[in-house]
Amino acid sequence: MALLEVRDLSLGYDGIPIVSGLNFSVSEGDYLCIVGENGSGKTTLMKTLLHLQQPLSGSIETGDGLKANEIGYLPQSTIVQKDFPASVYEIVLSGCQARGGRRFFYSAQEKQLAQENMEKMGITSLKDRCYRELSGGQQQRVLLARALCASRKILLLDEPVTGLDPVVSADLYALVEELNQQKLTIIMISHDIEAALRYASHILHISDHIFFGTKEEYLNSKAGRSFTAAAKEAENG
Amino acid sequence: MDKFFAYLNYPFVRYALIVGILVALCSSLLGVTLVLKRFSYIGDGLSHVAFGAMAVAAVLNLTNRMIIVLPVTVLCAVWLLKGSANTKIKGDAAIGMVSVSALAFGYLLLNVFSKSANISGDVCSTLFGSTSILTLTKWEVWLCIVLSVLVVSVFILFYNKIFAVTFDENFSRAAGVNADLYNMMIAVITAVIIVLAMNLVGSLLISALIIFPALSAMRLFGSFKKVTIASAVFSVAAAFCGMAVSIIAGTPVGSTIVAADALVFMVCCAVSYARKGRLL
Repeated sequence: MALLEVRDLSLGYDGIPIVSGLNFSVSEGDYLCIVGENGSGKTTLMKTLLHLQQPLSGSIETGDGLKANEIGYLPQSTIVQKDFPASVYEIVLSGCQARGGRRFFYSAQEKQLAQENMEKMGITSLKDRCYRELSGGQQQRVLLARALCASRKILLLDEPVTGLDPVVSADLYALVEELNQQKLTIIMISHDIEAALRYASHILHISDHIFFGTKEEYLNSKAGRSFTAAAKEAENG
Repeated sequence: MDKFFAYLNYPFVRYALIVGILVALCSSLLGVTLVLKRFSYIGDGLSHVAFGAMAVAAVLNLTNRMIIVLPVTVLCAVWLLKGSANTKIKGDAAIGMVSVSALAFGYLLLNVFSKSANISGDVCSTLFGSTSILTLTKWEVWLCIVLSVLVVSVFILFYNKIFAVTFDENFSRAAGVNADLYNMMIAVITAVIIVLAMNLVGSLLISALIIFPALSAMRLFGSFKKVTIASAVFSVAAAFCGMAVSIIAGTPVGSTIVAADALVFMVCCAVSYARKGRLL
């Protein structure tokens, strides 16, 4: 059984489908990149996987001991967060919010976990700094540490490198790859097809024709060839 | 100063100080969340609703006005928050609509039905709080104490969840936290605080009590905990000083408190600029 098994999923708003006939599965240790044009439904799919939105039809099953809420999530940053007065530690610790159940305060164990994940992301020295004063790359590391507090198994990243410069982006990709090598499953929405092809093990391409398969299969498929060609053209032209 | 201590011998002055400090404390705690969630105007809208309800209570000649004002305001808070999820009328427009119509109907009712000889005086004191804080009954003081204790303890118990939901609602939802419940809780508490604060500063100036301390604290501090604590300290200090000044100098209570809040804000701004310019 895979971690996530998606069958015949259709997504949309107010009963009008944007995407239908989605079928894919994610196993432990996979690195899945979801690519596609703007408006193709990538973000809607992400929201549905996170149970923020109901699918129109179809099913999402979790297996291998993964509970529905055990998904770490790295969202795109919101306007509210731009001037939010919160320290790095407070934000990372808030990743543990669902672990407590009905408990009101964080346990020593959860504080320990937050500490460990800050170390992992190399942001321990920023612990008491204010989030809004950090650089874009540092902010992403903070949110990544928070996501790691929420899940040990699977991580969803929504356009993680938007607004970052190339050096910092490469840094972030390297960090995610490292996590993936530690058996953490990664699902990433990306515009950056080149990076997707470099790091991912599987590709889900959402457009008129939906493609799902390994990276090698994608490179040989029609969808893959036309998309990579278009991306190259855009880069050169 | 002596004059101030002499006044403390009067029970109504002590009541006013107790209620004033409690209301300032509660409003500043919630203020941080409301400002950060871009809900500042819910406070303003609800205060106008409370004014409308107060007018209804006055026309019905109820001695205990809280019986109408509190439930109506809480209901409106719940409705406004539900409404902001509903896209038919967008959040800010819904608040604007509710607040002006409550204000208009309230004034209309008072004008048409009130038997009082001094209508504009009544309206003025409901809007600006003027003297009603000095006419609090023992029952109202106890109600205020009980509700304040409730608000503060709910805030402390759910502090971590309130922070998480304020910072990133979607993340909380994805993690399985019932964000709607916490939003609703914030709205209900806001309504309670507003009704309490009506006696102190009147319905027009309540927003100041909610917004100013939070903004002042946010100028100086960078963590949510520090901002919350500083906001509470600023608010209580401003309320105490404002009331002391108003007792000694005979100025209107509400506007003096708000003026003190504004002063604190300006000082905080100045300190923050000076810090940035490496002067401090």
